[in-house]
Amino acid sequence: MLDAIGADDETELFDVPDSIRFEGAFGIDAKDEFETARELEGVLSQNDETTSFLGRGHYAHHVPAVVGELSTRSEFLTSYTQYQPEVAQGFLQALFEYQSMLVELTGLEVANSSMYDRATALGEAATLATRVRETSGSRVLVPDLLRDGQREVLENYAIGAGLDVETYPSDDGNADLEALAAAIDDDVVMVYAENPTVRGTIEERLTEIGNLADGHDALFCLGTDPVALALLEEPASVGADVVVGDAGALGMGHAYGMSHGLFATRESFLRQVPGRLVGAGTDESGRRAYTLTLQTREQHIRQERATSNICTNQAWVALRTAIHAAWLGADGLVELAEQAVRAPKALAARVDDIDGVDAPVHDRHHFREFLARTDRSATAIREELHDRGYAVHALGEDYLQLCVTDVNEHATDGLVNALSEVA
Amino acid sequence: MRYDQARWSETDHYEPLLIEKRSESVEIEDSPLPDDLTREELTMPSPAEPELARHYTHLSQETYGVDSGPFPLGSCTMKYNPSLLETVAADENAAIHPDRPEESVQGTLEIMATLQDWLGSIGGMDAVTLQPPAGAAGEYTGLLITKAYHESRGEDRSEVLIPDSAHGTNFASAAMGGFDVVELPSGEDGRVDLDALTAAVGEETAALMLTNPNTLGLFERDISEIAEIVHDAGGLLYYDGANLNALLGQVRPGDMGFDIMHYNVHKTFATPHGGGGPGAGPVGVTADLAPFLPRPHVRAAEDKYELYDPEHSIGKVHGYQGNWLVLLKAYAYIRRLGDAGLAETSKAAVLNANYLAEQIDFEIPYGPSHHEFVASAGDRDAANVAKQMLDHGVHPPTTKWPDLVDEALMVEPTEAESKETLELLAQAFDGASDADQETLASSPRRTTARRIDQVEAARSPRLSWRALEDS
Repeated sequence: MLDAIGADDETELFDVPDSIRFEGAFGIDAKDEFETARELEGVLSQNDETTSFLGRGHYAHHVPAVVGELSTRSEFLTSYTQYQPEVAQGFLQALFEYQSMLVELTGLEVANSSMYDRATALGEAATLATRVRETSGSRVLVPDLLRDGQREVLENYAIGAGLDVETYPSDDGNADLEALAAAIDDDVVMVYAENPTVRGTIEERLTEIGNLADGHDALFCLGTDPVALALLEEPASVGADVVVGDAGALGMGHAYGMSHGLFATRESFLRQVPGRLVGAGTDESGRRAYTLTLQTREQHIRQERATSNICTNQAWVALRTAIHAAWLGADGLVELAEQAVRAPKALAARVDDIDGVDAPVHDRHHFREFLARTDRSATAIREELHDRGYAVHALGEDYLQLCVTDVNEHATDGLVNALSEVA
Repeated sequence: MRYDQARWSETDHYEPLLIEKRSESVEIEDSPLPDDLTREELTMPSPAEPELARHYTHLSQETYGVDSGPFPLGSCTMKYNPSLLETVAADENAAIHPDRPEESVQGTLEIMATLQDWLGSIGGMDAVTLQPPAGAAGEYTGLLITKAYHESRGEDRSEVLIPDSAHGTNFASAAMGGFDVVELPSGEDGRVDLDALTAAVGEETAALMLTNPNTLGLFERDISEIAEIVHDAGGLLYYDGANLNALLGQVRPGDMGFDIMHYNVHKTFATPHGGGGPGAGPVGVTADLAPFLPRPHVRAAEDKYELYDPEHSIGKVHGYQGNWLVLLKAYAYIRRLGDAGLAETSKAAVLNANYLAEQIDFEIPYGPSHHEFVASAGDRDAANVAKQMLDHGVHPPTTKWPDLVDEALMVEPTEAESKETLELLAQAFDGASDADQETLASSPRRTTARRIDQVEAARSPRLSWRALEDS
């Protein structure tokens, strides 16, 4: 090959000045496949074996084996953005079906084929709000209980759009409508609420939040996930303009926060949507075929006038979400969501029976998780539960937060016993 | 080679939609919630598992990936993804909740800390964050750091300089960060024009974003002078790591004078592209900029690994710690190769691109090439050439970009391809080159779908099966 090029060795091919050539070493030892696998298995085994009752925005449900099997078929795994749709019909159709399922779940007309996660989807929603509003504005209102990490990501998206992120108070876990009404004005471009909230409570006055936002020409952005959507009020019916969330709650399981961001919105905002959209069209044989569409919104065409800088996204996780949702079907999805209402209620009742613990703290309906008030230091209890093999959240010194789904419900007896010992 | 892609078809469509196979509507009643807090009904496809398995197997057969054949998509580095990477990512000890306390996830933190160090060595950077979930997110992170850095010095710099040949994400990231984009015209040789750069820099210059080798595959030989011009003006130099595969072990961005860089681990470090993602876009910085990195950052303490907030952190760019499983795969890839393997990678990538360039009949206006080259389809439509290549059983190159080359075909074969596969690719190029206009215009014929009408798809967007029913 070198002969064909007319070079003596590969080094000649680098048009690099000698002064900056790297002559040092990285100090990375190579290992063969067996040793590499062994090393990683050994290091990862230093993660404690713990039964997790953690939630607060990142959830695991049982991912059926068929999701892993089908999604790792190598044509899916090793393909890329579908710039040549004729040879990528399979993945495009899978994404079209993913979009379609989110349209069913949200009631909104448009869902994109993935943002990075819930936090970045929320950031994109705020910039969308500035683009679709007729008059400028500078404020975004979010719940005071929103996770710090999510708010920081939102703030980092808001910087360039000239937006300030402000909080409105909560009332027993849910949005405080009166306080929100007092805080909102015509300078607000978006109001964000979550259902369920980060504390697992179910919002009861979503339509009123939507009306408040609408009254000031602000977008109503709702944060949720596909399991909650199967049972809770349909976002379109409560006036949501944008739905964001952690779609990987189906299909991904726990992956240290790796997931994918759900983003759905109204058809009227179609030209301002960030990210990839798959559309149905027709090929030369007259058959329905799929393609990335409306690409003039995107960075590779529109550069600094694009709706977002996103290019690589979380398409493969969206594929997994779609397979998982289809495996469950309508019945299975609703059943899973109903279990997410029953299980925390049952666990809260048992936890409430323990001396020194009151649960649930909020007098609300709950989804997957709830708060418990503890007489002893909550952080001390968390540590002692950790020693007994259970991971739970402590919020300050007074509250524990417990999340229960189909994957840890089998362990509630053990948790209750352990909590009885340390509470 | 002859090629016929799988095609499951009926008269008016290919593989049917799930919803066309079996769907189900459920009315929500007798739920454990009051009716006013629930939806009324839900309609979803509800296939039995065997139907589901066949549906997605058919869809995978109707998808072309690196495991199907060569994929020389310029700027995307579609190299082979070793199966080992999937095996290690499936370790159940990797499946952890992100809020687990640091003392219970020491294994994960050790891998992250080590990967930070390795990437720092590979890029010549002093500190690395793994949080950005993709290359564009890395760019945005770098620009937030740029903004915070200048503000910490009491400066409000409004402009980001970007060559006209740069990736679209550079422009979009700068605009998202609230910067004004100043586009730099390339010189006649396809590289940064030092006079144009000198004229453009000034006290408003926050940063210059540069890819090296650039998107034409050319090394910016004047990089030391470029760095001096930008630094003298008080700006920072940002390295877009999309083309790092060309330089692994040969020259490091830090040694070229770059202050900030992102790594595309799904390109350079072989993590699979997954039909569009997930990737990961770690960002490396010089010691001066390390206090601005996203929080929390991972570091080795005396007898454990810990998370901490850098002193002037820009905050977070992802809800948690980014795409952990992708980072884990990148660790496995780098460990397999080690120092020598990494250096061999770039040599083989550059050799392969040059060999392929030598074999094809297209004009290549700029050189010398490194890991990729940009050929011109001349008086033919580059899009048609690409569609014809599909019928030869290969994925075509990136087309019609960068604009500096007429009817551009941007080719990046990667180090993974053998001499025989490169020759197969060359035959596909030349087959398309020799094809008459009618053949070009009616290609592809052997793929699942025939040529798709893009204009119609965009004019009347149908983005869900509901939209199909309505139309």
